[in-house]
Amino acid sequence: MTVLTALARAAAATTGRALPTKTRRHVHVSSRPLVLVAVQLAGEACAPLAVLVGDDRDKPRLLVVHEPRNRTQRFEFAADLAAIVLPYLDGYSDDDAAGAADPVERSEPYPDAPQLLVPNLPTAAFLRLLGRSTRFRRTEGEYAVPASVPLLGRWLTYFAERGEVSPSAQLLAMTAVLADHWATGQSATEDANLGALLGWIDPPGGMTGHEAARAAEDPVRFPPAGPVTDPAFDNEVLDPILQAMHEATLTGDRARLGRARAEMDRALRSQLEPTWALLWRAVDLLRGLPAAAHVEQRWLSDRWSFTNQVGWIRGGGAPQARRDSAVAAARRLARLEREQQRLAVERAYDDPLVMAEYRMTGEAFTGTVIETQPDRVDTTGKKAVRRPWITVATTDEVLFESGAVLTSPARTRQAATVKEVVPAQDGRTQVVLELKGGMGQSLRTPPPPGSLPDLGEWITYTSLTDDFQREPKFPDLENTPWTHGGPPQEYVPSNDDAAEDWS
Amino acid sequence: MNSDYLAGMRLDRLRGRALPVNHNARTISALAANPGCPRRSLMDAAGVDKQKIAAHVGYPAPFGQSVFAITRGNVFEARVKENGAAQLLTLLRDHLGLDVSEVGYTDLGDAGGNPSRELRHVRTRHGLIGQDHGPRTLFDHPLLRLRVGGRHAYLEPDLIALRLDGSFHVIEIKSFPVIDGQADPAKVAAAAIQSAVYVRALRDLIAEAGSDPGRVSHETILIAPKDFASQPVATSLDVRKQLGVLDRQLVRMTNVEDMLEPFPETLTFDLDPDEDGTPRRPPEELAAAISLVPANYAPECLATCELCFACRDEAAGSTGALGKSVREDLGGIDYNAQALALARGQLPSAERAEIAAQLLRAAQLREQLLGEEIQ
Repeated sequence: MTVLTALARAAAATTGRALPTKTRRHVHVSSRPLVLVAVQLAGEACAPLAVLVGDDRDKPRLLVVHEPRNRTQRFEFAADLAAIVLPYLDGYSDDDAAGAADPVERSEPYPDAPQLLVPNLPTAAFLRLLGRSTRFRRTEGEYAVPASVPLLGRWLTYFAERGEVSPSAQLLAMTAVLADHWATGQSATEDANLGALLGWIDPPGGMTGHEAARAAEDPVRFPPAGPVTDPAFDNEVLDPILQAMHEATLTGDRARLGRARAEMDRALRSQLEPTWALLWRAVDLLRGLPAAAHVEQRWLSDRWSFTNQVGWIRGGGAPQARRDSAVAAARRLARLEREQQRLAVERAYDDPLVMAEYRMTGEAFTGTVIETQPDRVDTTGKKAVRRPWITVATTDEVLFESGAVLTSPARTRQAATVKEVVPAQDGRTQVVLELKGGMGQSLRTPPPPGSLPDLGEWITYTSLTDDFQREPKFPDLENTPWTHGGPPQEYVPSNDDAAEDWS
Repeated sequence: MNSDYLAGMRLDRLRGRALPVNHNARTISALAANPGCPRRSLMDAAGVDKQKIAAHVGYPAPFGQSVFAITRGNVFEARVKENGAAQLLTLLRDHLGLDVSEVGYTDLGDAGGNPSRELRHVRTRHGLIGQDHGPRTLFDHPLLRLRVGGRHAYLEPDLIALRLDGSFHVIEIKSFPVIDGQADPAKVAAAAIQSAVYVRALRDLIAEAGSDPGRVSHETILIAPKDFASQPVATSLDVRKQLGVLDRQLVRMTNVEDMLEPFPETLTFDLDPDEDGTPRRPPEELAAAISLVPANYAPECLATCELCFACRDEAAGSTGALGKSVREDLGGIDYNAQALALARGQLPSAERAEIAAQLLRAAQLREQLLGEEIQ
């Protein structure tokens, strides 16, 4: 965190209402996201209890596993979930809409991509486990499952992995997105509660954010957003129902079994519906923010990623391995780091409030252009070139020295070299900059309009750049060094994978 | 001895008429989570039932345990231990290199009748270091003892393993899964500190018996289900770091007199229960007694301490309540109001000049960009 956000938190705590820490929305929000709220049985590795899922806020679909410890019912649940998720994905991978019929040869990505919204990071982790526990299943022989189950597993794994790529918006954990855009008057630990977080950001009428957040901590009125259930609900509501169901099964009392199942559906719906409503409210809030400039470009990467994954699956590619090989892991980590860095720069370029963080640390300054020499020509070289000078007056602290090369988010193709930094009497600092590039080549024709900063323009210069960085060289798989276990064995899906217990 | 006795008397008075709560490894490891909290240290040293206290002053603790999680834990533990822990022995043979011929399972809990905890502890001591037994590799139901504050806490580790070379290993059975070789880091961390509590207690026992406490290895063994099934898998945990934290906290808590020194002799957290155990003490009076002992609230308390909600409300307005990193970013200033005053331009003291300049700048930037004034 930084002084800016820390101050916003302190102010939020005092005023009782969250304050924005971004002026733009830095994530893509789909016009038709698939929203998913899940709960699992406490104590089990991955025993789905119920999900509320759908892309229509008025028509959530409820799926319940009535015997959460029963292996067969778990796979039936997975098949039911697949019957909702897969058609949703198919809606985005219509081959006629893309550049070529062969997904591998495609010249254009699909026009849009699917987006999964979950309440919090533990739910994203739950989807990863659900993907892990279903993607290796076999569709024939012993333990056979419908073909949709392993396919669902591969897609859930895909989304979980995209969720770790910071510029990607394919799987969003709502608490993380909201906490990134607002500072509340509570701690990060408490921000992990979607109800409390939204309480601060958008309290119901007549309540302060602080009051709304406290009210949201009552598990009876605001059940936890999952996947962990409220222990009191487990002990007082769910356990008696499960026991009634167990007894009814033993005695063959079908009427009682039906009643217990209906009661379980009702109870779980009541646990999930409040979070469903909160999630959609959060979607509304995010849609109310103007999208940052780079959001669309990042979504384009997501569309490509989705298109390639469709191609991989349709082309018969293998499911994701249990663990990455050493080389693949190193490559993935390097890519994640580069993307993270690029994202930080893009966000600063897009959002003056993010750039303010860099202004605080002297990595950027913002001010007014008070003098311009647009026609200045440098004749010292072989060829005369246009090198305009401008002077910017700023109240920001300027730590740059002569020779530093800066960029303005307003004209990213133009380099600005610091020529002089002069403290002025009025408390402002004057910075003289020499501009190069992004203004046309010819000396005879004037620079295109708008290509140079105008007198009086409010402008930011920063040392932050999104330099292209070459991917570091990694060895081939077969040349994995012995320090990293040597060349890995090739992954071949086996019957063992399918026979793995899920109980 | 005499001062110990007096301190003990005062701790008893703090607790009042209630029976002291039993510490277990979980509550002891929670002590290490916020060692700088005098309120918690004092109440734990006296064995005060914080759960009841918190409920009576209107801040019931936010914890509960699901019956499903308890059941699952018990089923897994029973499965690992069934048939003389056969499954476990195979795992340990691979993991610790136990000699196959040297396999013996000793149930230390099998004392007949309904022995007191002292008796069971003595039995554990004899069982673990006595020489008159056959081959022994695994000890089930041991009962260890650890001095926490003014009192002994009795602890039940899941199992203790003894290797041929004479070294002991604490074994902890947990039901959270290890999937493709990875487990939830928070749960592993909690298991590690619990194991450290057992290592400490076991070392004390060995030392009391005149043997070398170094025989108890700092490498403990975590047994957890593999992937999505109930097959156990063994993992080593190095708990040296946790032992360090724990030891420091335990030493602090032995200085009961120092802890008690600032408070009036009449201080008590007694609930004044009637015959049915219903508290009769006016909640305001109890709250006033609690507030005499300063707390050191941090958001981490929300996961570990029964009193967290009461302390959180009390800490409202402090930067620490927003998290350690917020407090640090605000230059260690204690209260939001102070930070905001500096942000509005209040003249700072010399040692706060630097953070004050930053806060002022931050407030100006926010105003410039959002048109919002820091109130």
